[in-house]
Parts: sequence; C-alpha cells; structure tokens
Amino acid sequence: MTESPSRAEEGDARSDERQGDSYGFPAGLWRALARHRPPGFGRSRLWRSPLRGPWLTSALGVVLLITLPIVTVTGLLSYIAYAPQFGQAIPAEVGWLRLPPFTWPTRPAWLYQANQGLHVVLGLVLVPVVLAKLWSVVPKLSSWPPVRSPAQLLERLSLLLLVGGVLFEIVTGVLNIQYDYVFGFSFYAAHYFGAWVFIGGFVAHVTVKLPRVVTALRSRSLRAELRTPRERTRPEPPDEDGLVAAEPAEPTLSRRAALGLVGGGSLLVAVLTAGQVVGGFTRRFALLLPRGRSQGAGPNGFQVNRTFEASLIDPRETGPGWRLVLSGGPRPVKLDRASLLAMPQHTATLPIACVEGWATTQTWTGVRLRDLAESAGVPDPASALVASLETAGAFDRATLQANQVLDPAALLALRVNGAELALDHGYPARVIVPALPGVHNTKWVRSIEFRSR
Amino acid sequence: MRVLRRARRLYGASPSHLFVLAACFALVVYAVSHLVENPSFTRMVSWFVVAVIAHDLVLFPGYALGDRLLTAGSTVLRRVRWRLPFSPVNHLRVPILGSGLLLLLFFPGIIEQGSVWYRAATGQTQEPFSQRWLLITAVMFGASALVYALRVGIAYWPETKAGLARLKKKIGAALGRRDPGRE
Repeated sequence: MTESPSRAEEGDARSDERQGDSYGFPAGLWRALARHRPPGFGRSRLWRSPLRGPWLTSALGVVLLITLPIVTVTGLLSYIAYAPQFGQAIPAEVGWLRLPPFTWPTRPAWLYQANQGLHVVLGLVLVPVVLAKLWSVVPKLSSWPPVRSPAQLLERLSLLLLVGGVLFEIVTGVLNIQYDYVFGFSFYAAHYFGAWVFIGGFVAHVTVKLPRVVTALRSRSLRAELRTPRERTRPEPPDEDGLVAAEPAEPTLSRRAALGLVGGGSLLVAVLTAGQVVGGFTRRFALLLPRGRSQGAGPNGFQVNRTFEASLIDPRETGPGWRLVLSGGPRPVKLDRASLLAMPQHTATLPIACVEGWATTQTWTGVRLRDLAESAGVPDPASALVASLETAGAFDRATLQANQVLDPAALLALRVNGAELALDHGYPARVIVPALPGVHNTKWVRSIEFRSR
Repeated sequence: MRVLRRARRLYGASPSHLFVLAACFALVVYAVSHLVENPSFTRMVSWFVVAVIAHDLVLFPGYALGDRLLTAGSTVLRRVRWRLPFSPVNHLRVPILGSGLLLLLFFPGIIEQGSVWYRAATGQTQEPFSQRWLLITAVMFGASALVYALRVGIAYWPETKAGLARLKKKIGAALGRRDPGRE
C-alpha cells in the first residue's frame, strides 16, 4: 500500500508529459490552470472501481446509441399524431424542429398505442442504462485541467447539453406520466424543445466519440467478458480519458455481473411498466403506475382519463335536453340521443391510447362519423372540429383529419361493451377514432363542425 | 497547408470537430429560442441545470458513498464478526439498487405528490403505491437473503455434515452405547 501514491504520481507525470505540448489556444491559460490543481482533481484516487474504462463505457454507449433514437423518433412521431396542420399540436410553433409533415394514418388501429408504449416504456427501461453510463464517465468530472483547448471547451459544453438534455427529458417525462406537475411549466413545450437540445448534444457526442467507441469495443471481446468471473476480473489498461482508476480496488463484481445488474434493473422496470400499455393480464404487473390499477368490474370498468367531476360540466347539460349540433352543411342539424340511436349503429374494438404511454382496448358502439358528415350535408369533409361540453380543459376540442372522419371504425360512440357510456367515459356521446391520440377522442361531445376545406 | 495545421493546433482538433459542435450549438440555440417568450422559460432552464446538479452532486455522491459504506461494512461483517465464507455485499446491493430505482422512478405515487391532478385524471387516489413499493422491496430483500443463506449453507455443507456426525457420536456416547469405531 505504501508504494501506491508514488505510482499514481508517476502516472500523473507520464500523462502530463504525453499531453504536455498539446495545449491549444490560449496555451498559457490552460497551462496555468493545470498548475493550480485543486486537491482531489486530476487522475484522482477518489475513483476506485476496477470496472470503469473505455470498454464498459462504450458497451453502455452502444446500447444507448441504438435505443435512444427510438425513444426520440417515437416522441417526434407523437407530435405528428396530434395533427400540427390544425395548429393543435403542442407546442404550436416549432419552426423546422419537426419531422417532415405527413397525414397520420388510422391503420393499424394500435399505431398510436404502439408508438407511445415504445416511447414511454423504453424511455423508463433505459433509465438504469443512462445512470450506469453516467456512473462510468464520472471521473471526467474531476479531470484536470478541465480543458486543454477551445475544442475541448466546446466539447464539454456540448456534454452539458447532452447530459442535461437526457436528464431533463427523463425527469419531465417521469413526472408527467404520474400526473405530478410539480415543475409548473408546460410539459409539452418543455419536453419537446428539451428533446431538441438533447438531439443536438447526442448527435455531436456520437459523431465525436464514435471512432473511440469502435476502438474501445475492439479492445476486449464481449464473449470473453461474459465468461470472466469476479476472481479473474482485471481493470482495463490506463486510457487517455482517465476513466480507468489510478488505483483500482479489488473487484466486488465482474463486468458481466455489472452489465447484468444494469440489465436486471431495466428488466424490473419493463415488467412493472409494460402492462399499462399491453393490457390484459399483464396490467396487474404495472404495480406502481396509475394505469395498472383496476377500475372495477362491469362494462365501464376501464381506465378513465379526466373524470366527469374534473371536467366541471354541469350535469344538467348531459340530461335529456342534450343535443348534438352538426354544422358545416347548408344548415345546422340538431340530433337528440334517441335519433342518434335510431341511426345505423356500428361496433368497433379500438384502443384509447394516451400520450402518457398507457392504453385500454374496449368495444365501442355508435354512429359512424362519416354517416354524421353525410347527415350534416358534408359527405366528403376535409376535416371536422369536435367540441366538448367541457370548456375548462386543454382538450375541450379537437380537429380530425379527413381520413379520421371517413374511417369505417371512426365512431361517435354512445355505448361501450354493450352498456351505456358512463359519465366518466363521455356520456352522452364521445368520439373514438383508430390510432388517434387519446385526448383527441373528445368526450361529452357538444358539436361537430364538418369543414369542406 | 501550414495555416491549416496551425489552426488545427490552436483549436485542438480537426475542422470537422468544430463544424459538428457549431451545428450542435446552432440547433440548441434555435430550439431554445422558441421558449424564450414562454413565461416559464427561467423555470425550465433552472430545471435543466438542477437536473444536472441533482445527478452529479447529489444522486451520484449519495449512492457512491452509500456503496463505500456498504462494502466496508460487509467486509467487517464477513472477516471480523461472523467469518462468512463470502461477502454479502452483492446480496445487499441488488435489492437496495432495485428498491432505489423504483423509488427514483415512481416516487410521485409513493409519496403521493400531485394527488389533486392524479384524482382529476384517474378518479382514484395514490394510496396503494407506498405499500406496494414497500412490499416489492421486502420481496427483493427476502429473495436475496434466501439465496445468500442457501449459498452459505452449501459452502458450509461439509463442515455442517461433519458437525452433525460429531453430534450424533456424542449423543450415542452419552446414551452409553458402545462406539464400534473404538474397538
């Protein structure tokens, strides 16, 4: 033990020598900075794990390189699913920061369910991997001098954007899916532009580091690592990034066990979240999430999003005096519930899939939206604005695209699973459209305006 | 060429490096410019910064320190107190990390934060979550302890067997039976 400090100092001296003349502009400043090393910085003895090193960091990095783009793209696709062409996607103004526009399809009916399930579940499953990746590079926090050139300065700034971006997205996302709006700003705006900050940092980091990742991954064989028990686990050779500990402690875990621990954490999260969106018997495993719980038996015993109570609608408005107003044609048409029930009824089994990554599939019965369009005198609408009796919420109205009105399974539902809709599920009538974001399936419908252009 | 080489040395990396990072910053500035008018802009920026600080200066040092204590404690237990055949450290780490991860991800439900919004959205309360989390935690610790006990049992099996045989012998002697091995 007595010889170890001197060995570490030697290491410091060597690395200083190696990089001694590699200071960029202004070299004097960086050199002066290097001379004033605060205690604990530099190739610090603080970091002792024998597992840290470029190989482990790169292995975790590759997992994130493959999976984080899936989370990102599904998030951007969700924005398109909200139909930004009607100005109803949030945030409304994004400039160039969006995928190329296209009409969100209605088929397959589970498209939005799959998109959001992937976005939220994969996002949560990756939290242990992100934390492990950050753990693996934490010695960089104390490297000294912090930068040696303008290039490194810019790179470290971009890392702040990357790390801040990924953490910000995780924190806002995790809070939002649990209805904890403690952050007090618009989730949609913050999560959307936060994602672009992350994208900037991510693309820059991958571009700069990819060659190093390839080298690091080639330095050890994954198969060999998976066969190495703790007793034979050795530290990686010292690297220029200073990830490998100067004085590694005895390993308490092999590399394969460390990877297994991270993977096990991901698996645990997957088991406890996937049921929210997959449904069926798996729902009961979503023990810690809002949408894993039973809402009682019976035809209306499924997950509610926004209760009737919260909508602040006067219950009298949903009584016998309720009329559905169809406009956009030669003259407005008013229909009471009896006349709606007298129209041809159709049944469709469709999911309500929420942006928060949960879904529930039910069998809905009601009038086709395209039949209503015809009744209104607009058989070939370009869009339809559905308004709710609710006037207080962020989603008291939604505009549907032509394909969403004309799909044979797109309904103004009056009944669900053979029973009347409950008030919490949108009585007297609600919209249900395949592959539409949940909140756009307007409940407590007051009127539909069919627009011909 | 010499100018280029000199520029490269002053900057500290290749021109493509500068190009990539400039593009990154341009994108970020453009993205953030959409939020500047937002009344909660400062709040968003502070959450961004606090997220980094919370990880780098609170969460990481916290769990790293916890792990050091755990490792040291396990060594003491193993070598000094009970002379266990191998360290229990990983049998503690796994349930602690599992339970901590679940708390980190699902704390709003567990501590019942945002209950008003929760109720408006779902019509339910967050009441079951804390108990469920405790139960999952207990199951993880229990399972891990069981596996450890089994491993210790297996490691000590030869000694245990010998011990049992000695005990049997003693009992036999005490009962006054003749020990056939002695003759």
